[in-house]
Amino acid sequence: MSIDKYKINPEFRDIMPQEIIDLEEKATWAQNQDKLRGIKELPETKEILEEHSLCAGCPEAMALRYVLSSLPNPEDTIIVNSTGCTSLMFPHIALHTVHSLFGNQNAVASGIKRVLEWRFPDTVKDVVVLAGDGATVDIGLDYTLQSFFRQEKITTLCFDNEVYANTGGQESGATAKGQVFKMAPTGKKFEKVPMWELATTSGCHYSVNMTASAPKAVAKAVREAILIAREIGPTFINIYTPCILEIGLSANEGLGEMKDQDKDRFKSYKHVSPEAEAFLAKCKEEGLL
Amino acid sequence: MSKRSDMTKTHNWSGQKLVSTDHLLFEAPRTKHFMTGSEVLKEAVKRCTVDASVSYPITPQSEAAHLIGELWAEGYVGTYFRGENEFGVMSEVAGCAMAGARTITTTSGPGTLRAMENFAMWSGTRAPMQLVLMARGINSPLTIQPDNLEVQYLLETGMMIWYAENVQELFDMSIAAFTVSEKPDVHVPIVTVVDGFFVSHTREAVMLPEDDIALHPYDPYAAPLPPIDSEMPPGRFLRDPFVMKSNYISYATHASWQWEVRSAVERSRPYAEHYLKGLVHTSGSEDAEIAFIACGTAANQAKEAQRELNKMGVKTKVIKLRTIRPFPEKELLAALEGVKHAFVPEFNVVGWLSNEVKHTLYGKCDTEIVCGPRVAGGMSMPAEAIIQEVMEIVNAGKGA
Repeated sequence: MSIDKYKINPEFRDIMPQEIIDLEEKATWAQNQDKLRGIKELPETKEILEEHSLCAGCPEAMALRYVLSSLPNPEDTIIVNSTGCTSLMFPHIALHTVHSLFGNQNAVASGIKRVLEWRFPDTVKDVVVLAGDGATVDIGLDYTLQSFFRQEKITTLCFDNEVYANTGGQESGATAKGQVFKMAPTGKKFEKVPMWELATTSGCHYSVNMTASAPKAVAKAVREAILIAREIGPTFINIYTPCILEIGLSANEGLGEMKDQDKDRFKSYKHVSPEAEAFLAKCKEEGLL
Repeated sequence: MSKRSDMTKTHNWSGQKLVSTDHLLFEAPRTKHFMTGSEVLKEAVKRCTVDASVSYPITPQSEAAHLIGELWAEGYVGTYFRGENEFGVMSEVAGCAMAGARTITTTSGPGTLRAMENFAMWSGTRAPMQLVLMARGINSPLTIQPDNLEVQYLLETGMMIWYAENVQELFDMSIAAFTVSEKPDVHVPIVTVVDGFFVSHTREAVMLPEDDIALHPYDPYAAPLPPIDSEMPPGRFLRDPFVMKSNYISYATHASWQWEVRSAVERSRPYAEHYLKGLVHTSGSEDAEIAFIACGTAANQAKEAQRELNKMGVKTKVIKLRTIRPFPEKELLAALEGVKHAFVPEFNVVGWLSNEVKHTLYGKCDTEIVCGPRVAGGMSMPAEAIIQEVMEIVNAGKGA
C-alpha cells in the first residue's frame, strides 16, 4: 500500500514521539527512493527498527538491521516471527508483524501469503519469516519443511545462534556436536542439523548458509531471496548470529566470532535453482539487484 | 478458480447475489433436500462467500473437509489446501484470518487436542475464524466413535462454542456463526459442534434456500484490530507488546486483554439470541417437574424419552442448550422454574455439561441436578436408558 499510511494526522503532530515523526520524514521506502534501498542508508536515515532491547553488541540485532534496511518493498512486507530473542525485537519493527506461537511461524506465514495473493492479486506483498534456530530446526521443523514442500512463496530467515538463548542457554538441533550447554551437560551427542541442505532438498529455490559478518553480503542475500520468493517459490537463509552471552564473549567480540565461523561451520553455502538463477539474471538487467 | 476482483456490489466472485444473513436464514424460500451433515456443511459454506479454508483428514470430519475443497475447485471458496497436521492447519487458519479472510476449518477428536495451543492463540488475536467440530472422543485407547469429550478441553479457550442438534441446525448455525463472530463488538473465533457420525454421517430431511444467494463478504477493516495486510498503519500493540516489560502495567494489560476476549464472547448474546432464535430451545410440558438439560444428539434422545414418558403419564421437558460459550444461564434458570429434578444426559465420561450446569446454577436454583445418564466411547443412548434413570427417581425404591 501507499506509504501515506505513515503520514501523521496534523492535529496530533505536536504530541507525536520523535521516532514516529522520523518514520514519516526520514525513513526510506520503496516508493520514495529512486535507487534500491540498502545498508548504505543506515547512518543517515530513520531505520524501520526502533531501539531494541537486546544485549549490547548482540549480532542478532545487527543482522536484523541489515535485513530491514535491504527489504525491497518494506511498505508491503509482512514479518512473521516466532518465540525467542527475535520476539523481543519484532514489536520494534514499524511494519505489520505477527507473533503467534513458538514454532508455527511458517504455517502462519503460509496462511497470510495465500490470503494476500487472493485479496490483492495485483499487488506484490512480501511475507518474510524471521525465527531463531530452535523455532526453525527443532519445534517448528515440520512446519518449516512442509511450507517448502508446498512451494509457499515466502522467505524464511533463520537467525542461527546455535542455542536456545532466550530461555537460558540450552542445546538446540543447530548446536555443534560436543558443545556443552544446558540439557547437554556432557556435550551434544549429534551433529549440527544442516538446515540449509534440508532446505535445498525440500524444494527451496534459494538456500544460503552464512554469517552476519559482512553486512553487504547479508543485504544481497535477503534481497535475492525475497525477489525469488515473490516470483518462483520458497527461499531460505541461515545466518549465524552468535549469542555472545552464552558462549562467553564480550560485546565487542561478536564480529570476530562471526568472521572465524565464516571458515568453519558457516562456510559459504549457496544453492540457487536453475529457474531462480535465470530469474536473478533478469532482475539484474532490470536493475532490481 | 475465481478471482476476488470478479466481485461486484451486488454479487460475489462466484456470481451469487449478496443478501443479508436475515434474508438467507429467515426470508429466502426453502426447498426440501435429503443429505448428511457433511453434505449440508458444504451447502452452508457455499452460501457464505468464504475466502479461505485449510483441511486435514481425520474421521469423521474428512468428508466435510473434502467437500469444502470441491467448493474451492468450483470457484466458491477463495483459497484452500491440505495442511500438514492439525497444529499446522490451525496456525494456517490463523494466518488466513489475520490477513483478512473469512475462514473455516473442520476437525474431530484427537485433531482438536493436537491443535490445542492454537485455539487460545486464536481468541487472543480476536480473529473471527469458524471451526466446525465433528466430535468423536479422544485417545487412548484409540477410538473413532461418537463421543464429545474434546469439547471439555475447548471450554476455556476464549472461543464461542455453539452446539447443533441435527443436520438442519448445522446448516443454519454455521451460517449464523460467521455473522455473529464477525460482529465488530464480538469478533472472536467460534466453534460449531455437532456429534460425529450421528450428524456428520446421518442423512436427514433438510430445508435449504436456493444456492444463487450468499452472505456479503467479510470486511476486515471493521475489525477491532487491523488485519495483517500492510494496508493500515501497524497498530501500537504491534510495537509495544506486554512481554517486553516486566511491570504492573504490562501485567494489567495482559490480564485486561484476556478479560476483554471473554467479555466479547458475552457480547455475542443478543446476536445469538436473534440468529439462533434463542440460546436455549425448550420443548415438552411447560409445567413439568422433571427436565432434561442437554445439547446435540443427547437432546434428540431426551426428546424421544420425553415422548415415551408422556405416554406413561410422566410429564417432562427438554431444555436444549444451543450455546455453551456464552453459557445461557438466564435462559436455563427461567426454563427450570418449577422443575424439581433435572437430568443431564451426555456422550462423554467426564460430564462436562453436568459440571457447567452445576457450577452455573449453584446457589441460584432449588432444582436437583442429576448428572446423567452418561454414555461414552461410541455407545448409543437409547431412550430406555434415560427413562430408567428418571423412573429411579420418580418411583424411588421400586425400580424402573
